[in-house]
Amino acid sequence: MSLKSSILYLENVNVSFDGFRALRDLSLTVKPGEMRAIIGPNGAGKTTMMDVITGKTKPDSGRVLFDETVNLTRMDEAEIASLGIGRKFQKPTVFENHTVWNNLLLALKAGRRTWDTLFHATTARDRQEIEDILDITRLGHLRGEVSANLSHGQKQWLEIGMLLAQDPKLLLVDEPVAGMTDAETAETARLLRDIAQLHSVVVVEHDMAFVRDLDVQVTVLHEGTAIAEGTLDYVSADERVIEVYLGR
Amino acid sequence: MTLRLLQGGFDRRAWMFLAVLFTAALVVSVLSLTTQPGHPLHVPTYVVSLVGKYLCYALLALSVDLVWGFCGVLSLGHAAFFSLGGYAMGMYLMRQIGTRGVYGDPVLPDFMVFLNYKELPWFWYGFDQFWFAALMVVAVPGVLAFVFGWFAFRSRVTGVYLSIITQALTFALMLAFFRNDMGFGGNNGLTDFKDILGFDVQAGSTRAGLLMASAVALAFGFMICKALVNSKFGKVLIAVRDAESRTRFLGYRPENYKLLVWTLSACMAGVAGALYVPQVGIINPSEFTPANSIEVVIWVAVGGRGTLVGAAVGAVLVNLGKTVFTGVLPEFWLFALGGLFIAVTLFLPKGIVGTWDDLMARRRAARDAGDGELRGTAPQEAD
Repeated sequence: MSLKSSILYLENVNVSFDGFRALRDLSLTVKPGEMRAIIGPNGAGKTTMMDVITGKTKPDSGRVLFDETVNLTRMDEAEIASLGIGRKFQKPTVFENHTVWNNLLLALKAGRRTWDTLFHATTARDRQEIEDILDITRLGHLRGEVSANLSHGQKQWLEIGMLLAQDPKLLLVDEPVAGMTDAETAETARLLRDIAQLHSVVVVEHDMAFVRDLDVQVTVLHEGTAIAEGTLDYVSADERVIEVYLGR
Repeated sequence: MTLRLLQGGFDRRAWMFLAVLFTAALVVSVLSLTTQPGHPLHVPTYVVSLVGKYLCYALLALSVDLVWGFCGVLSLGHAAFFSLGGYAMGMYLMRQIGTRGVYGDPVLPDFMVFLNYKELPWFWYGFDQFWFAALMVVAVPGVLAFVFGWFAFRSRVTGVYLSIITQALTFALMLAFFRNDMGFGGNNGLTDFKDILGFDVQAGSTRAGLLMASAVALAFGFMICKALVNSKFGKVLIAVRDAESRTRFLGYRPENYKLLVWTLSACMAGVAGALYVPQVGIINPSEFTPANSIEVVIWVAVGGRGTLVGAAVGAVLVNLGKTVFTGVLPEFWLFALGGLFIAVTLFLPKGIVGTWDDLMARRRAARDAGDGELRGTAPQEAD
């Protein structure tokens, strides 16, 4: 594990809530351009890890560095988001009263200050970018639809689209296929593989078939710490992993 | 830049609203000034002021709709900003009285002479100038709202807690203004106004002028709100209203967005109060009562939250009802108001304008769906 040439670097991160140690000495390195899957049983600390990276939770100790030098533990959510770390939540939270198009417009990389949005005019380039994302996520026919009317799967894809619109350097994707049909799950795997060609991605997921579909390096979390790392086949063969997770 | 703000979204409803507003204000003013009492079309001066008062309420309702309907900040304290604007105007009007007061003091208003003030308190300086008073009408509510909002939004106080603090704010101000030694006329407030900008406040022509000024202020406020909510800024506001933490993860700072509309809204409420005072002829601490603030929320709910036009419509309709009702059955007005709020919550959760929109959308959908069969066979469907 090395800090050199990492997009995301966690070292001995500890977080506890009222005595419960959600993360213990968690270390993790993600290289630029890499897609990494994080698996682990419930309560392993996957979501807490996401919270720490995005500034929602402050770690008690440890280092969290972005792009080798930027210390994330000192920043709040908005600052971290503007650095280029985008997050997709477990439960899809799109802006229900906005159309698909406007959801993407709000996510599109552009000034976030009140002044910028007050005098914002959508340019041809903005439109092109939104069109591109509609293509990738296959939501083009729904552009004018209020997003409250989308299906669960479509909302997930819209969220991934919003993530893309931010043009982040690092995407954190929390359980993208929870509640999806098999067809939707396969579609999402394709979508994420497309995205991973141009971005660094961290995916947290329960669904083993999906993780196999992604075909990437896997980190197994257990009780707040990483217990194994490697290909899915490699970690599946690990004694401890079998014991805590896969073997049940 | 302003042009860009405006070009986006003046829909047909916005133009209709402005047209109806100015037609009504003009007709009332002209009829009142050109006809004599006894003429069948004569509009008495008190009606002119009544309509002017409604328009001030409409502007106040608009300011509440901007923060509540579009940003999710339920203010139960907008009467505070309205009253502060009103007091600023009242102070100007008091200083215009000059030697015509009961005690004839050239500088001190009557209540100060009565309370043995030796000299004018410092905070009354400058209010003999209209421009200064006009500035304070906007600045005092604006600064108060800014400071209040700065702390509240930055500490991420939201929902019911925020509503309660706004309520406490107006209550605290009411108690403060009730005190005689605050220097604002205590219990009695400010009244007995003589003239404004050199015109007699009682004169029919001045009343008509104030009505037109209220109409212009309402139109102006409406246009600002409309431009704001149609811009990308407005889209962020709605996003903050519906999923605040999500906007944070997109990199927006909801507190700044809230602070800006909150402050703007307070300034609008201040202007509404300033135009209200010369038309009703008095401002006293009872304007600060929390109940007043809650009433504004009812107007907005009745008209349709988050529709802007609905806020103005609700304010005018409910107050029209109040005028009629308090004339006929004064004891029952509060029951009627409470009943109205319950009825609207139960049966018209989107208010008059929101329900109308739903109805139209459903009709359009039904027509689109049945287009093939209906075309040509249903001439009675003409509209």
